[in-house]
Amino acid sequence: MEPQTVFETLKGKFGDAATELQSEGFRPAFVVVSPEKLPEIALFLRDDPAMKFDSLMCLSGVDYKDRFAVAYHLYSMTHRHAVGLKVFLPRENPSVASVDGVWPAANFMERETFDLYGIDFPGSKDLRRILLPDDWDGHPLRKDYKYPDFYHGIKV
Amino acid sequence: MSDEPARGAAAPPHAPAAPIGPEAHVMVGNADMFVNWARKSSLWYLLFATACCGIELMQTGASRYDLDRFGAVFRASPRQSDLMIVAGTITHKMAERLKRLYEQMPEPKFVISMGSCANTGGPFYKDSYCVVKGVDLLVPVDVYIPGCPPRPEALIDGILQLQKIIEKKKNFAANKA
Amino acid sequence: MTRPAEALPTQEMLINMGPQHPSTHGVLRVLLRTDGEVVVNARPDVGYLHRALEKIGERVTYAQFMPFTDRLDYLASMNCNCAYAWAVEKLAGIEVPERAEYIRVIVSELNRISSHLIAFGSFTADMGAFTPFLYSIRERERVNDLFEDLCGNRLTYNFARIGGVSADLPPGFLEKTKEFLDYFEPKIDEYNKLISYNKIFVHRLAKVAVITAEDAIAYGLTGPNLRGSGVRFDLRRDEPYSVYPKLDFDVCVGSGERGALGDCFDRYMVRINEMRESVKILRQAIAQIPEGPVAAKVPRVFKPPVGEAYFRSECPRGETGFYLISDGTGNPSRLKIRTGSFVTMNIFEKVTVGLMIADIVAVIGSFDIILPEIDR
Repeated sequence: MEPQTVFETLKGKFGDAATELQSEGFRPAFVVVSPEKLPEIALFLRDDPAMKFDSLMCLSGVDYKDRFAVAYHLYSMTHRHAVGLKVFLPRENPSVASVDGVWPAANFMERETFDLYGIDFPGSKDLRRILLPDDWDGHPLRKDYKYPDFYHGIKV
Repeated sequence: MSDEPARGAAAPPHAPAAPIGPEAHVMVGNADMFVNWARKSSLWYLLFATACCGIELMQTGASRYDLDRFGAVFRASPRQSDLMIVAGTITHKMAERLKRLYEQMPEPKFVISMGSCANTGGPFYKDSYCVVKGVDLLVPVDVYIPGCPPRPEALIDGILQLQKIIEKKKNFAANKA
Repeated sequence: MTRPAEALPTQEMLINMGPQHPSTHGVLRVLLRTDGEVVVNARPDVGYLHRALEKIGERVTYAQFMPFTDRLDYLASMNCNCAYAWAVEKLAGIEVPERAEYIRVIVSELNRISSHLIAFGSFTADMGAFTPFLYSIRERERVNDLFEDLCGNRLTYNFARIGGVSADLPPGFLEKTKEFLDYFEPKIDEYNKLISYNKIFVHRLAKVAVITAEDAIAYGLTGPNLRGSGVRFDLRRDEPYSVYPKLDFDVCVGSGERGALGDCFDRYMVRINEMRESVKILRQAIAQIPEGPVAAKVPRVFKPPVGEAYFRSECPRGETGFYLISDGTGNPSRLKIRTGSFVTMNIFEKVTVGLMIADIVAVIGSFDIILPEIDR
């Protein structure tokens, strides 16, 4: 199934929640959806018999300089097709519902995105810092991150 | 091994007791020499492998480059080891644990810093925010082994250098004067 | 009169299986809450080797990032190098010469063999049998010799380049590889005779940590862990890249031969059988490799067009995916690395409930995790 068909099906079912299709220069193409409708769209993509995206390949946070995004790469083991899903988030208090009820593989990847970008995932079963120490200050992968000088007395 | 005696055959008789003299196998030296000889010939190292250098450490202790012939066997517990070979990158999260392991080792203890990451932070020196730039910021180091990762021969050379350092140590107060 | 055992109150113990441990395949910390010997909850705590590779990726150029991919999974450096090179080539639309692709496949499969050898050796050492480790290192040293002839290093090779590979095969390399394959293939049967079907080994692994196929897909398991649960999915066969369409090999899946389908023994046997398949692939690649250039012409100041690309390849520990975002400059704008071991840790907490403490070691070894893949 082509990403164009996925986009049109989502537009037909969820209306304006599916905002655009990024296909030129994007491999695989991304369907941009609005963050509020993400949980329902995720369930639909996993359970609909024609789509059956049962495998989450990758979940990553992105810092476009004016806004954040969370990019989901989905794959279907039954139909062997792939599509990308993206939500754009504002730089202040970025937050999108967690999908680890839909794809349990998302848990660690959401924790990593929270740790390194500060994007909140309400509804996640376990959202703590994972890669950095618990008392680390800041979210390093943001483009405006300043490296600290010392951590616990050791020069960074 | 066909020229070994068959199992159960009589063992060869012991050599008769040697007379006192140069052929009597008697050694004379000061206490430092014997203590250092014992210490350098049985350096038991703590398996502290964090990253890629850890694999070279494992391979040095395994089939082809055998560290066991120098008396160095690996121990899993710091309480039973006298050498800590810091092999791999040390991050800020790991730094506190490294210090604790070092403090748990009994005296006399030695530290070898193996590889670029343990020496100075390695390839992560410039841009990484969470790598300790050298393990000597945390524990005192006796020998630095450069390389990324160092060859097993380099690690063996490092251990031999450490043995030379141990040979020269003065352990008893009378000798330190 | 003695009280029955159930009436005695016991407390849960909180045991720390700390970052420094002989059997955790690196600096993994597991917080165990146990009721006696039986584990109630095993929570993994990772991040002790987080070296900020993704941030480094944003601060160096595309070509300068290649040595860092070595350190991503140091037991399969060639695979990670080639995965990154393929990802950048997908982003920029670069065509790689055929000889370079064959060389990449040859070194990737050789590295798969040496990575599975360490997985086999350290797994059996964790289970208590130290001898197979020495046998596997003996074979791995021969692969190290081959790679040393090729690129000078024994562990972190930095061999692939964007557009090809860094150097052509030295004279005699293909003959020496063929000799190694002839020497190595009977060794796999030797390992099976030595340890694989040993009664104690099988008892320790059979029916431990059974993962069903649905769980494996939902939790994102990939590579030998997924195939051990019976799912016949291999990126080299199902999303083929490079010259794999021209090579003929089987996809090994677990069969539940000594216990349940998807237990630790199945995942272990998948790795043993994959070594055999890699030998098959190598023989074909050596026979088919053409002459030609080994690198495409890539500009010295490399600036790929604006766009995003995701590429995944089959590495020994699962799929390694690179999500690259380019904003037209020489540095990547976002370089996300998706590794098999990181996503495999999702299922760790679920699968260890009710096991004994010694089984935790079996589970960690059967997943064949490696910490720089988890922590990057």
